[in-house]
Amino acid sequence: MSAAFVPNIVGFFCNWCSYTAADLAGVSRSHYEPTVRIIRVMCSSRVDPHMVVTAFLGGADGVLLAGCHPGDCHYVTGNYRTRRRFALLQSMFETLGLDTQRLKLSWIGASEGNRVGQVVTDLTEAVKQLGPNPAREAMFL
Amino acid sequence: MSDALTISKPPDEALRAFLAFLLQEKKAAAVLTLDRIGKDAAPAYSLITDAKELESAAPLLPIMPANAGKLLAEITELGPSPEPIAAVLKPCELRALVELKKLNQANLDNLLLISFTCGGVFPLAIRNNGGINETLPAYRDALAKGEVADGIRPTCRACEHFVPYNADLTVALVGGPGSSGTSTFLINSSRGAEALEGFEGERTEAKLESDAIDALRAKRADEATKLYTESETAAPGLDGLISIFGRCLSCRACSTVCPICYCELCYFDSVTEDPAPNKYEAQLRHRKATRVPPGTIAFHLGRMTHMVISCVGCGMCSDVCPVSIPVATLFSMVGKSADKVFSYVPGKDLDEELPLKKYEVDELSHLGEERIES
Repeated sequence: MSAAFVPNIVGFFCNWCSYTAADLAGVSRSHYEPTVRIIRVMCSSRVDPHMVVTAFLGGADGVLLAGCHPGDCHYVTGNYRTRRRFALLQSMFETLGLDTQRLKLSWIGASEGNRVGQVVTDLTEAVKQLGPNPAREAMFL
Repeated sequence: MSDALTISKPPDEALRAFLAFLLQEKKAAAVLTLDRIGKDAAPAYSLITDAKELESAAPLLPIMPANAGKLLAEITELGPSPEPIAAVLKPCELRALVELKKLNQANLDNLLLISFTCGGVFPLAIRNNGGINETLPAYRDALAKGEVADGIRPTCRACEHFVPYNADLTVALVGGPGSSGTSTFLINSSRGAEALEGFEGERTEAKLESDAIDALRAKRADEATKLYTESETAAPGLDGLISIFGRCLSCRACSTVCPICYCELCYFDSVTEDPAPNKYEAQLRHRKATRVPPGTIAFHLGRMTHMVISCVGCGMCSDVCPVSIPVATLFSMVGKSADKVFSYVPGKDLDEELPLKKYEVDELSHLGEERIES
């Protein structure tokens, strides 16, 4: 199973930095793992924690939240709020005995095209170690 | 030490007399208190304006038919009450009210908040099983000794916040006068002092903290460890969540009674979350089977992300669950750990903002910050 296992990662990328960086990665023809499905959001803080939970329960093997570096937020303070929400999610997953390693928060600046590849590859490797999300097979959403 | 009034009546009687005094002296236009209504004297909250009606009131009855914090928020959601209301609340109800105030759902301006050191409440089922009266002597006995009373809600057993925060007046019950037949009202604010003025009793200085309170706090902490590490809710994992929430009926009683869930229309009941027929089709393309209706875990975990940071652990949700899901245990456990991250105690400090409404620039730097050198 693990040899053939290709993770499915849901990525929430902020429009101003991380999505632009992913664009740059494409324009620069840098190669990265084709495991991430990117959803563009106007700000990482637009991601309600329950969206991450929904992705996880829907069977996503990993969920990646990407926003501007702290201090660089297009809306000034959005990513600080994202950080707090992510901390909430992490502690919730931990307490419930769910895999916190499947969740990742990354700051990717607009000029960091290479970083997109590295972040995605890193998470993909980590998730491959964990194996498929058990929620994929579970009879529940 | 703080100012106090010692009254030569047992707490329940003294409090009823005091509420009547407030109405008669027009210090309060109405009183919100637990009452016993109907011919089987079912406990329910009542808003009372006539002192005579207070005869059936049971302000200290250890039962919670609704979270009174939520009730007060419903009364004051549009603004301060036009006339002063005195309310008797359990500490967790008061904490819920404070959280609702922070969520802009309540107004405390014209409220006199009376609370007490709480020994916990019995599950509502006791109302149907022969009544609460037989259990009261043992309960009061445990309270006086600073012990965890038998038969109370699981989250009450594990509650360490039984000394009220933000109360104008606190009635001492834990380690209290016991059978001596007196009671002590502690004065915590000028509003409380004003309300007590002219009420018959002896002005004293008293200290709420006592050996019994310390003892109870330690015992509750032990119970909390037991509840959160040894029950089926301890780190359940996905399999555990499936067995816990697999029996959920989606009746939404938990969110209906939850004091923190104030939304008129819950997001999880909105069209967005409605399982449209094509969702089944999409799901079954990569699953061998699916639960119908789906989304029970998604609902509970989603609701958790929305309100758990303010969860006061009152236990209403577990109590109303028709299929005995330990919702409160799970939510208060997650809430506690999340609150630890932000060093927050829901309902404790009126001036402290909700953790998710504020941020610090220099915090949580371990999250998302690993820069990759290229």
